[in-house]
Amino acid sequence: MIIRKLTILSAIISLFTVSAATAGTLDTVKSQGFFNCGVSQGVPGFSNPDSDGNWSGIDVDVCRAVSAAIFGTPDNVKYVPLTAKERFTALQSGEIDVLSRNTTWTLSRDAQIGLEFAGVNFYDGQGFMVRSDSGITSAMELDGASVCTNLGTTTELNMADFFRANGMSYEPVVFEKADEVVNAYDEGRCDTYTTDKSGLAAQRTKLADPDAHVVLPETISKEPLGPVVREGDGDWADIVRWSLNAMIEAEEFGLDKGSASSTCATTGNPVVARLCGKEGGNGAALNLGDSWSYDIISQVGNYGDIYEANVGANTPVGLARAGSPNASYKNGGVLYAPPAR
Amino acid sequence: MQGRDLSLNNILFNRSVQGIFYQIVTLALVILAVIYIVDNTARNMVARGLASGFEFLGVEAQFDIQMTLIEYSPTSTYFDSFIVGLLNTLLVAGLGIFVATIVGFTIGIARLSSNWLVAKLAEAYIEVLRNLPLLLQIFFWYFAVLRALPKPKQSLELFDSFFLNNRGLFIPDPIFGEGGTLILYSFIAAIIISIGIAAWSRQRQNKTGQTFPVFYSSVGLIILFVFLSLFATGFPVTFDYPELKGFNFKGGIKLIPELVALTFALSMYTASFIAEVVRAGIQAVSLGQTEAARSLGLNQGQILRLVIIPQALRVIVPPLTNQYLNLTKNSSLAAAIAYPDLVLVFAGTALMQTGQAIEIIGMVMGVYLLLSLLTSIIMNLFNRFMRVAER
Repeated sequence: MIIRKLTILSAIISLFTVSAATAGTLDTVKSQGFFNCGVSQGVPGFSNPDSDGNWSGIDVDVCRAVSAAIFGTPDNVKYVPLTAKERFTALQSGEIDVLSRNTTWTLSRDAQIGLEFAGVNFYDGQGFMVRSDSGITSAMELDGASVCTNLGTTTELNMADFFRANGMSYEPVVFEKADEVVNAYDEGRCDTYTTDKSGLAAQRTKLADPDAHVVLPETISKEPLGPVVREGDGDWADIVRWSLNAMIEAEEFGLDKGSASSTCATTGNPVVARLCGKEGGNGAALNLGDSWSYDIISQVGNYGDIYEANVGANTPVGLARAGSPNASYKNGGVLYAPPAR
Repeated sequence: MQGRDLSLNNILFNRSVQGIFYQIVTLALVILAVIYIVDNTARNMVARGLASGFEFLGVEAQFDIQMTLIEYSPTSTYFDSFIVGLLNTLLVAGLGIFVATIVGFTIGIARLSSNWLVAKLAEAYIEVLRNLPLLLQIFFWYFAVLRALPKPKQSLELFDSFFLNNRGLFIPDPIFGEGGTLILYSFIAAIIISIGIAAWSRQRQNKTGQTFPVFYSSVGLIILFVFLSLFATGFPVTFDYPELKGFNFKGGIKLIPELVALTFALSMYTASFIAEVVRAGIQAVSLGQTEAARSLGLNQGQILRLVIIPQALRVIVPPLTNQYLNLTKNSSLAAAIAYPDLVLVFAGTALMQTGQAIEIIGMVMGVYLLLSLLTSIIMNLFNRFMRVAER
């Protein structure tokens, strides 16, 4: 009797003395054979499930690129849909390994919450959407308007800054879920809906009558959207960062998904050869095999491929690349990847 | 001490000694668990680079809030946003409790009516509203109400001063000019005199049995005093009428549809529970009381008001406290329909912008705990007062 009680007691006490050894994310991911990618709950063009539950989008493609780099196949990813409110807590707590959910890179997010941004996969800005028949043609005419937006995003802060800077008043109507915001705007609860312009284009496809709404020309903020990882996890962050950079650099040197195998077989350009994994051996520095960049490009594509497939001019989202910051730096945009060597 | 054998065997196998030993061990384990959790949390927060501490409360919030009962702008601090959220929660909880009590008592008494139709309608109300989840009811009121109301340009209007549309209910705001204090003082004086009249009439009734229409005379007195003072100061009341300027109405008092929908949903839901509590309390009063009152010649209304309810309140008040606490906590569902209560403003926006989940959630939990404790203390005092009055 006493022996039984003493055994139970010692078992309970021993629980408290076990301290969890923190393995790096890369080791955990390699041993379990997949990783968790935090995405949105459905933003067309960025991360959206189809009717079979398959995810697609430019944010999804970043995670697929990481998976291709580590495992040689883009499918070893589990997608976790998150609201704007829970996305950072999910990453901080370890529920997800990468957050690829059109998240804006800001100082407070980088420095204050134990997270780190691994690059920018879409340069965006905040805008307003109104009904065409309201007769509004400029954001400066929005004095006194009711504005629908999402809870806990940079949108709320930028909106306050914009109206304050221009001496206008407004009424914020703030919902937690993106679907509720769109619904309320569609119902007429608000005069205007504000979020990143890419989000406006994406959510417009969900409205009852997409053509009855127009996006106003003003861009009131900078919104560099990119993947986020936990701070202190250098190896993992490097892989995510360089997967994205490899895609951007591949486009700069003309290496795309369709012609990857033939170009790699015949190329004499050393930069291309390195991206094809034929020489240079920089996979070891990332703790990956040598074909990491070739796997990304041949199975997911370069930046141009994933942009045109998800948010390009031929998609329902329809964001033209020319003239936007998302063009390559050689074409007047801001997309510039450090050399992968 | 004779016969006390202090050998080791006797100590080890002594029942009370064993009991004390296990209690000490369990207490030590609980304290160890708490220390472990706190230490683990602190260590991990430092390791992951998470900011901690309460300094963020002094930082500018930089976001706006839809409805604030105090002065607030994006340059106000996070602590100000906390106060705004708290006041909004108190507002919806207070309104909800008030309406729910009135509706709940009415439905509960109606449930016991001898009129078959009234009783059945009350029963239908209770059964339907008790069994549907509150979140669905909130969505129903919000979207059903929103969908039914017109856009601002086609508002429903009354006397060109009251406007109803899907942005809210707009009421003219009375602004008191010169002499406003005189009106206020006369109003307070009228109330004090009414209380005096009530006390005097009760004394007279105890002595001579003559009743006096206290309620009507006090109402008349208050109206008379206010009108006299208004007249004396020359009607210095101007109204700030709501006017359609651009998108929305400006001026006047505005009730946002989120507040209305949330109050409605919370009150209707909690009223169905309160109705059952009231019914239980009334049925707990023995039938002999009703019979005795009837034989004294009291009518149904007087029986209910003077005999049944005071005795039923002893049974009603504790579960009623529960329902009030439930309503207060359920008001946190406001986050689903954009009503800027404490959870949405502080544990939503502020938490997202600062990332300090533990401090903020701790503060919010502390607030709800405090509100609940205050409510139950007040209701317990009321309960004790009821018990004394009964004697």
